[in-house]
Amino acid sequence: MKRLFPILSIVTVAALAYALYEALVVAPTDAQQGDVYRIIYYHVPSAWTAFLLFFINFVASAGYLARSSEASEKAAKWIAIGIGVLGIIAPYVPLVRSRIPPGMEPSAVATTIVLIPVFYFLVMKFFPGDRLDILALTSAEVGVVFCTIVLVTGPIWARPVWGIWWAPGDIRLTSTLVMWLIYVSYLVLRRFSSSAQTQKLAAALAVFGALDVPLVYLSIWYFRTQHPQPVIGGGGSMDPRMLHILLFSWLAFLLFGFLVCWSRFRLELLQREVEQAHAMESMAGGAESVKMSLPLGRSSR
Amino acid sequence: MNVSSPAGVSVIHVQDVVKRFGRFAALRGVSAEFDAGRFHAILGDNGAGKTTLLRTIAGLAQPTEGKVSIFGKSPAEACRDLGYMAHPSLLYDEMSGMENLRYFARLYEIAGDAKCEEAIRAVRLDPSLTRGVGQYSQGMRQRMSLARAILHDPKILLLDEPFSNVDVHSAREMVGLLKGMRDGGKTIFVVTHQALLLDGVADEFVWMESGRIVDRTASAVRATQGSVP
Amino acid sequence: MNSLWALTLATLVKDIRLEWRSKDALNAMLFFSLQVVVIFVFSFDPLAEESRHIVGGLVWIAFLFAAVVALNQTWARELRNQVLDAYRVSPAPANALFLAKVLGNFLFVVVLQGLMVPLFVVFYNLRALGPAWQLIPIALLGTWALVVNGTFFAAMSLRTRSREIMLPLLLFPISIPAVIAMVAGTTAVLTGENSAHFYIVLLLTYDVVFTTASLGLFETVLHAE
Repeated sequence: MKRLFPILSIVTVAALAYALYEALVVAPTDAQQGDVYRIIYYHVPSAWTAFLLFFINFVASAGYLARSSEASEKAAKWIAIGIGVLGIIAPYVPLVRSRIPPGMEPSAVATTIVLIPVFYFLVMKFFPGDRLDILALTSAEVGVVFCTIVLVTGPIWARPVWGIWWAPGDIRLTSTLVMWLIYVSYLVLRRFSSSAQTQKLAAALAVFGALDVPLVYLSIWYFRTQHPQPVIGGGGSMDPRMLHILLFSWLAFLLFGFLVCWSRFRLELLQREVEQAHAMESMAGGAESVKMSLPLGRSSR
Repeated sequence: MNVSSPAGVSVIHVQDVVKRFGRFAALRGVSAEFDAGRFHAILGDNGAGKTTLLRTIAGLAQPTEGKVSIFGKSPAEACRDLGYMAHPSLLYDEMSGMENLRYFARLYEIAGDAKCEEAIRAVRLDPSLTRGVGQYSQGMRQRMSLARAILHDPKILLLDEPFSNVDVHSAREMVGLLKGMRDGGKTIFVVTHQALLLDGVADEFVWMESGRIVDRTASAVRATQGSVP
Repeated sequence: MNSLWALTLATLVKDIRLEWRSKDALNAMLFFSLQVVVIFVFSFDPLAEESRHIVGGLVWIAFLFAAVVALNQTWARELRNQVLDAYRVSPAPANALFLAKVLGNFLFVVVLQGLMVPLFVVFYNLRALGPAWQLIPIALLGTWALVVNGTFFAAMSLRTRSREIMLPLLLFPISIPAVIAMVAGTTAVLTGENSAHFYIVLLLTYDVVFTTASLGLFETVLHAE
C-alpha cells in the first residue's frame, strides 16, 4: 500500500496537467460564451466530486448510527435492500415514470437510487468500527473544499457571461450554497463539541443534512418557477468533444480527491491512535497490561 | 420493604471498564464486583475517577471499553433498581418538594401522592412545605434530593458527594438515614472525600487512584504512603 | 403509547408552571419581540409600494430571531441543578421529554407571533389579497418546522462550547427549505400573485420528515455526555 500512494500521486498530477491542457487548448471555443466557458472544466467536476463525497458522508454517518446496536444494524440492512429493490422497480412503474421530469431516463433514476445500498454495503464492509466515523469526517472535509471551489468558480463564470454575480433562483448554485452551509456546520459541530459522543451527534446532523438536500432542491425549484430568473451555467446538450474533456477532467478530480481523502484518513487514524495510547499511558508505568498494540484494528502495512 | 438479594451475592459487575475523554483516561481498566446489601464508600483524590465510575454504573456515562452489569442487565435496563443522587440537587428550585416528587414519580409510573409523602418523611422532612426547594438550606436540599432518589424504592443507591458543603449535623443525619437503608436491604455506594464520616458505617472502602481501584479495605484508614483519606 | 402522551403532557404542564413562576424569560421575550418589529419598521419603509412584497420575509425573519432566543432557553432549566440527569437515569422515554419541549416551544413562539403579527399588520397596513386563511397553516407548519429542529439542535448544542451560537449555526442551513416555503407562501398570500398551495405541502413534508428524524435520534442526543 505504501508504494501505491506515490505512484498514484504521479498519475494524478499527470492527469490533472493533461486535463488542464485539454481544457485550455484542446477544447473547442464555445459558440456563445467564447473562451470564458472553459471554467466549466473545473466548476462542474468539482461539483460532481463534492456531491459524491457528501453522499459518502451520508452513507457513512447513517451506517455509524446503525452500528450503535445490533437491532438497528439489522434494520438498516433491510432498509438498504428495500431501497435497492424499490429503486430498480419504481422508475419503470407507469405511475412513477410519468412523474420523472423530462430529460431524465428511468434507468438513470434507478441507477442513482440503487447506488445507495451499493455504497452502504461497501462502506460497512470495508470500514469497521471507528473507521466509519473517520470516513464520514474525511469525506465532509474534502467535500467542503470542493464545494468551495464550485461556489467560487460559479460567480467568476457568471459575471462576464451573464452580467451578474449571483441569481437566487439558480437552483444549482443556490442549493450548492445551502449544502456548503450544512456541511460547514457539521464540521463546526465536530470541532466545538466537547461531548464523548461527538461522533454520534455529528452523524445525526449529517443524516439531517442529507434529508434536507432534496427539500432544498424542491423549494428552490418551485420558487424559480414562480419567479423566472436567469439560469447560470445553461442547460441542454453539450458538444461530445466538450463532454469527453469534462469527463476526463472529472476523472482527474476524482483521483485527486481520492488521494487527499486517503491522506486525511490516515492522518486522522494515526491521531486517534496516538490519543488512545496517550490516554492509556500508565503514570506509574510497569506491570499493568496497557494495550499498546495498535488499536482500531489496523494491520501493520 | 423490598426483597433484594441476600448480602454476599455480587450484584454489580464492572468488567475492564475504560473511559477516555480524548487524551485523558478517567478510568483505565477497572474491574470489580460489588455485593448486595452492603455499604460501599468510594474514595480517592480529585481526578481519581470516582465520579466517572459512579456515573458509569448509573448509566449516565458510557464506557469506552468494557461493560457494567447490574443484576445481569445493563444500567439502562436496570434503571428501575437504581437511585442516583449528586452534589447538585437534581430538583427544580421553583417547585415545592411534593411538586418535584410528584413529577419524578410520573417518570417511574408511580401514581398518587402516597409514595411521595412516604419518601419525604423517610428523610425527615415535611411534605406539606410549600416553598420552593431553591429556598431550602443546603442540608434540607440534599435530603430532598435523597427523597427523590429513593422515591421508587430502588435496590441500589448511588450517591456522588452527598455531604459536600453540608453542615456536620446534617451530614451525620444523612449518614444515619443511609445506614438505615442499608440495614433495610439496599445496596449503597457513596463517593466522598470524607472517609471518616463513614467510618464504622460503611462495610467497605474502595480506594481509587488515577483511574484504577488500588485497594479495598474494611476501615477508613489506609496505611500506604501518598494517599490522603 | 398512552404513557408516552401522559408523560409528555405532565412534562409540558410542569414546564408551563415553572415558566409562569419565574416569568423572566417570558417578559424578556415579549419585549424583545416588540423591539424586533420596531427595528424592522424603521429599516423598511412601510409606506413604500414594494413593502407588500417583502413583508413576508420581514415577518418570518422576526419570528426566526424570536424563536432562536426562545430555543436557547429550552434546556436551561434542565441544566440548572443537573435535573436532566434525573430524567436520564429514570425509565421515562426520551421522546416524551422531546415532545414536551417542542410543544412548549411551539406554544411559546405562537404566543410571540400573536403579539408581533398585529404590530406588523398595523405598521405595514397589511391586507391579504389572496386567501387569508392559508396564512394559518403556513404559520403553524412553519413554526413547527423551526421549533422541532430548533429543540433538537438545542439539545445537541448542550455539549458544545459557545452553546448559544451553535444553535443558530446548526439550525439555519437546515431550515432553509422551510424558510423559503414560509416566506414565499406568505408573500404569495399577501400579494395574491401566486398560489401558496405547493409551499403548504412542502412545509407539511418537511415537518413529517424532520419530526420523524428527531424522534428517531433524540435518545442518542439526550444520552450524549
